[in-house]
This record gives sequence, C-alpha cells and structure tokens, in this order.
Amino acid sequence: MVSAMTMTPQAYLQAQSRWHPLEIAFWLATLLPFVLFPDYLSLASQIAITALFALSLDIILGYVGIVSLGHAAFFGIGAYTAGLISKFGWGEPLTGLVLATAAAGLVGFAVSFIVSRFRHFTLIMITLGLGLLAFEAANRAHWLTGGSDGLQGVSIWPVLGIFKFDLYGYTAYAYALAALFIIFLGARRLINSPFGLALRGIRENWVRMPAIGADSRAHIRKAFTIAAAIAGLAGALLAQTTENVSLESISFQRSADVLVMLVLGGAGRLYGGLVGAAIFMIARDQFSGIAPQYWYFWIGVLLVTVVMVLPNGILGGLSHIYARWRRK
Amino acid sequence: MLSPIFGVLFDGIAYGMLLFVLSVGLSVTLGLMNFVNLAHCAFAMLGGYVTITLVNEFNWPFLATLPVAFATAAVVSIALERTLYRRLYRATDLDQVLLTIGLAFISVSIAAYIFGTIQQPVETPEVLRGSVGFLGLDLGKYRLFLIGVALVVTVLLVAGLEYTRFGAQVRAAVDNQRMARGLGIDVDRAFASTFALGSGLAGLGGALAIEIVGLDPNFAFTYLVYVLIIVSVGGLGSIAGSFAAAILIGVSDVAGKYYAPELGAFLIYLVMVVVLMWRPAGLVGRR
Amino acid sequence: MSESTTPANDTTANRPIALATRGLSKAFGSLPVARDIEINLPVGARYALIGPNGAGKTTLINLMTGMLAPNAGQILLGSDDITTLGPQERVRRGLARTFQINTLFAGLNALEAVTLVVAERQGLAGRFWRRVASHKETIDEAYEILRRLRLGDSCYQVTRELPYGRQRLLEIALALATKPKVLLLDEPAAGVPQEESGEVFEAVASLSDDLTLLFIEHDMHVVFRFASHIIVLVGGAIFTEGSPAEIAADPGVREVYLGKRKHG
Repeated sequence: MVSAMTMTPQAYLQAQSRWHPLEIAFWLATLLPFVLFPDYLSLASQIAITALFALSLDIILGYVGIVSLGHAAFFGIGAYTAGLISKFGWGEPLTGLVLATAAAGLVGFAVSFIVSRFRHFTLIMITLGLGLLAFEAANRAHWLTGGSDGLQGVSIWPVLGIFKFDLYGYTAYAYALAALFIIFLGARRLINSPFGLALRGIRENWVRMPAIGADSRAHIRKAFTIAAAIAGLAGALLAQTTENVSLESISFQRSADVLVMLVLGGAGRLYGGLVGAAIFMIARDQFSGIAPQYWYFWIGVLLVTVVMVLPNGILGGLSHIYARWRRK
Repeated sequence: MLSPIFGVLFDGIAYGMLLFVLSVGLSVTLGLMNFVNLAHCAFAMLGGYVTITLVNEFNWPFLATLPVAFATAAVVSIALERTLYRRLYRATDLDQVLLTIGLAFISVSIAAYIFGTIQQPVETPEVLRGSVGFLGLDLGKYRLFLIGVALVVTVLLVAGLEYTRFGAQVRAAVDNQRMARGLGIDVDRAFASTFALGSGLAGLGGALAIEIVGLDPNFAFTYLVYVLIIVSVGGLGSIAGSFAAAILIGVSDVAGKYYAPELGAFLIYLVMVVVLMWRPAGLVGRR
Repeated sequence: MSESTTPANDTTANRPIALATRGLSKAFGSLPVARDIEINLPVGARYALIGPNGAGKTTLINLMTGMLAPNAGQILLGSDDITTLGPQERVRRGLARTFQINTLFAGLNALEAVTLVVAERQGLAGRFWRRVASHKETIDEAYEILRRLRLGDSCYQVTRELPYGRQRLLEIALALATKPKVLLLDEPAAGVPQEESGEVFEAVASLSDDLTLLFIEHDMHVVFRFASHIIVLVGGAIFTEGSPAEIAADPGVREVYLGKRKHG
C-alpha cells in the first residue's frame, strides 16, 4: 500500500501500469513448451489461440461488463474468412490474418450499434440470438462453408515465406504465440489508457457515466468492435494453423466454453482469460477419454463453486490470499 | 378436405401451449426479480424423468404421474432456492447465468448417468391415443388434452394473480419492485413461492412433452432456447405475453418445419432478435 | 473564492440567468410529479430547493439534467434551449449534478475517478494508445480538484473503502471536474455523520462566485446558512419562493411542513 504522499499522482499511476516481475515470468514460461513439451506443441498453439479468444471476451465482459453468449460468431467469421481466402488461392498467412481480422471487426462494428443500446437480460438474449443466427447461417450456407462437413481445401503458405507449418507444430505455436503476445501488448496498453479507464467506469457505474459527460454508447461500440476483431484474429489463427474450419468454431459450445474459461481464470484481470484457457484446455486434453456429459458435470460443479466461493476466479482468489498474507 | 394449413395451425397451437406451460414460470420469476434462471428447463427435464420412472418402473398410470412431476420439480426448486439461489438475488447477471448454467450441466450429466442418452418413450393412456374427427380434421387427442391442460393452467394463474392477495403482491412486485418493498411486501418470499410454482409448472411441462417431442438429457438445453425466446419476445412478467409469444413461436416452428425446412431454426432466432430490438422489454413487457 | 458569510439577501438578482425552466411538467401516468415549474437561476446564485418528502425535488433535478424527459416545458441553459439534449450533452455545456445516494465508481480510486471525468471533458477518453499515466496535465488537474476538497491524501484509496463523508465529497469532486457553470446538489450532506458534515459544507462554501448553485436540502440550518433565495416545492409545484427571512416567516410553509395542527 503506497503511503500518502510519497509519490506524485502521475508517478503513482505510472507505477500501476508498470510490468510486474510475475508477468515477465509468465511470458518466459510460454516459451517452455518448445523445450520441455515438444510433443504437445499443437496443443500449445490451440491454447494460445483460445487464450487470445478469451482475452477478446475479457475486454467486453471483464472491463465493460457485457455478458455475451454469442462471441464465437466473430471467432467463426475470422476462421471462415481466413479459410476461404486461402481456398480461393491466396494462402499467404499474414495478409490472410489481417483480412480476416478486418472482416470480423467490420461485422463487430455493425453489431456494436445493436449491442450498445441494450442491457441486462435483453442484451444477453440478443447476443445469444445473434450467435445462434451466425451458426445457422454458416450451417445453411454449405455451398460456401462446407456446412457440417467443414471447409475443405485450406492450404497455407509458409510464414514470411520461410517458416513452413510443420507436422510437429513448431511454426504453428511460434506463430500463434507471437500473435497472442503482440495483441496482448495492445490490450494491456488499452486497459491502461484513458479509454480503458472509461470502460471501467461503465462497468463500475453505468448511471454515473452520462452525468460526467461521457458517451457510454460510443465507448461500448469501440470496445465491442475491437473485441470482435481480436476474436476474428484468433479464429483466423485456428484456420491457418489447422488448415481446417468446422462449424464448431462458430458454435454456442465455443461461446459457452470461452465464457467458462474466462470466469475460471478471473475476468477483468487481462491474464484471467489466458490462465483459464490454459487450465481448461490442459484438463480437457487430459480427460479427453471420458464422455462429454461427464466432462460437463465437472464444468457444472466448477461453475457453481466459482460463483459461490471464488467470484473473481482463480486469479481473484490468489490476489485475495496474497493481499491478506501481506497484511499480516 | 380442408387444406393442411389448419392441421399445421392445430399442431402449432398445441406445441405453443406446451411451450407456454414450460415458459410461464420463467417469465414471471424474471419479471419479478430479474433473476436469470437458465436451469429452468432442467426442472422440466426432472418432471419428465419422474413421469418416465413412475410409468415405466412402477406402472403408474400416466395421468396420475402429472401432479407428482409438478410437485417434485417444485420441491427440488425450493431446496435449491434456499441453499443457492437466495444468495444471488442481488448478484450480477453474469453470476446468475453461471450458477444456473452450472446447475443445468450437473443435472444433465446426472440424467445421462441414470437414464442414458437416448430418448425414453412413455405409455400414454388409451383415452388419449388416436384422434378425433372435427370439421374434417383429424385432431390428435393428446394434443387436445395438452391444449386443455394449458388453458386450465392459464385460467388458474390469471385468477390467482387477479383475485388473491398473494397474486396482488406478485403483480405489484413485477410492476415496481422498489415500491413494493417500500409498501412492506416481502418480495424475496414472493419470489420463492413464485419460483416454486414456476418450476413445478416446468416439471409438468416436461412430463407432458414426452409424448410430443420425446425426452432425453439434452432437453434441458434444447428447449431452454425456445423458452428464453418466448420469455424475451413475450415480455418479462407477463402471462398474456408469454401466452401470445408461445403460440407465435409454436406455430412459426411447426409451419417453418412444414413449409420451409431449409430455414431451420433461423426464422425463430431472427424473430427473436428483431422483436427484441423493436421492443426490448418484449411485446407486452414494461421497463 | 467567496468568504463563508451568511448571505442576507440575494445580490445576484440582476445578473444574467444561468439556468431557467419554463412551464416544466411531468406526469407518471396519472400521477403528476412536476407541474408547470418556472425557475430562474441567475449566475452565481445560491438557491435552495426545499419541500416535504415526495414533493418532486429530485425529479426536478432529473428533468433538468435530462435523465427524465418532460411532458411539456422548456429548459434553458444560458440562452440555449437544452430541452431535447441528452444528459451527457448537457454536462458538456456546463450543467452538472450530484446524486442524493452516492453514485460513485466503487472499484476505482478517487484519483482515477476524477481523472476519468477530466479526461472525458478534455475529449481524451476515447484514446486507447497512450497510457493514462502519460497525460500529466489531466492528472494534475484531477489531483488539484481533489486537494481543494481535502481529498488529496486519500486519493489512492479505492472509493468503496472511503468513509461516507469522504465519499460525499468525492461525489462533489466528480461534478466539479466537469467544470460546470451550473451545479445541482442533491442533499450534499445526506447521511453524513455530524463530525464529517462540516467538511462538506466547507467545500460547498468555498465554491466560486461564478458558479451557479441549486441545492436540495432538508436541514434548515444549512439552508439558512448558505442560501440567498429559497424555492419551496410541494406536490410537484412551486408553493412559494423568496428570501430566507420571508420563507421563515411564511405561515403557509410552516403548515406544509408541520401539518395543519401543531404537534405536541
């Protein structure tokens, strides 16, 4: 706890946004799979991609406070766009990534006008409805998307012309991890910016925002568009690294799973989605033998436990314990 | 022979009536305290499995199991309300969503464990099998029964709301919770009772649904979407709204499947999103 | 800054009008909550709005700030008709308010909260590519506002952990950070314990002469201490208005507050 006036206000705020040693340790640890778990690199790149998706949801859920049950729509749009670009002949990954991100961002921008006008139950239902609509659209348009058979014929050229996507997953993980880190840096800067402060203001007290002259709707539209673009980027990464796009990427399942991961790790903490995604996917990989309904039994127990006991997720619980230990 | 449109209408209305019985409880509790209970259809599933067990294992007559399905769902809801739901009345939307989805996942897994994942049939009484001829139409007896039950439920609910003291309290609390509390109405208790009633009705709906749509553990989620759509479209806290929305959705669904099967569920989702954007509180809702 | 003297009479009567309402009316269904309200606040005014519970005082502020739309009437800020403008637009033009029940950013600390308001005012709140910490002038201005309200040394504390009196001061700080021309205070010292209420009144007393103030208050000592003109609202309509001396002597006002028979 900083004592009264040892720091100027500006210095205090600067200290708040400085990199913590734990963060540096975290990112160094993400390099470990290359060395320690080379057999699991494809799982690692899946985790990086899902973590990026969870990060995008954190922006709207953890920071603005919008409960979206349809965020996978943007993930799927990114995935299908990247897949289709490649299918129609342009397999260059980086440009494909940019285009897919832009596509998802554009749709997100359009949807943001709807989302920023509603709240609570109505908004939850609208996000659910839009997500389901996106799924149905992808399902019905099998002339374009391949429907339930998935998109065939995706073939990605080497990254930067040099790094081929190899069978062991080195390139895939490096590619996905690099994208995750770069976007994370951007998200971190966003959270520490005046815009991030405004988003937290919206989450903390919706009523007060207009009373301080803030245009909440404009802020929400911006945040939602950014979150949609990042989700699309994650989807595109999936399409490119697995050279495959299925309906699963735009399904309610994916929307629900990412919500669980974010809540598990702790929303509103930027790292919550990353930690939650890692734990969730490693656990799912370890328990992949058991039937889906039993897996969901434990997810259910987890959700009930988190809500009743650990409302801020794992990271929230840890920081709570840390704060109490420091006070002793 | 009258055109098939009347058959579609009849089936649609019957389906809508079933959906109404399933949805009305959620509509009232949401309107009462804005508590997002996504485990609502798990109670329906419970009622359905109670009926299946009683009929298939213990040879009870189908009709006798219906009150038991209602009561079991109501009792379980009371237990859950006392232990878990009660603590989240003032919690965020997200917490309520997560808790109730978690409960739904748990119940689906338990049902899959006990009953397996395939649909279970149930034997309906002789009197409800077959159909009745009416103005050249073949009206299924079971569907007529369904419509009848739903109408009785509607009448009882509306009468209860209009003419009992408890009903007046519920109406006041739905209208303006803060003022109702200010007037001394115990909104939390009103919610608990309404919640039990609504969950019981869901259980009844689940039991009735077996014959029409079949019952498997996924029921808790498959029909949750329909129920949520009806509640949003009809308006929170409105019985009339739920009734109208249920018929609308029921008929649209059956008509859609008959006339435009390629559209699938697309139409229903679109209807919901459009209605919500036009009237965020639902067709009949306030707020 | 003005000295904290007891204003004997309204010296602002000849100044231009900072905020005015004309025929402002609002009804919820068949329940009228504002009836044909006509108010004129001259620049620098220290006006008090009093009335029994349920008279519609907060409703009037909600109408003025745009949180509630009127059924009829006009609201003028200076010479601009703001009747159809949204709440945030009115704030940008210089009309701010505080809330009767603390409406603060519970999870932000005081410095962050006021910085946010200043950033919004400066049009910086949409920027996401530079850290807050690099906006020195914004932070300094926020800190200065906090310091003037004696909140400087607790500005790093999370709002929800501040004592209630400090929170009420923060409530005022947030409004002041919008650099308003007109400030509507809804029971600024409501619920503040005796020991801390002095700070709140000091803060109100220290406000600039150019700032136009309308405050809702129940405590008559506070009203007589700060107000140069009192408006009495009953049942949504203006019952009477005048100088503190006039209001104190008005038998009708006493009747409205105490009822037709004297108690005890």
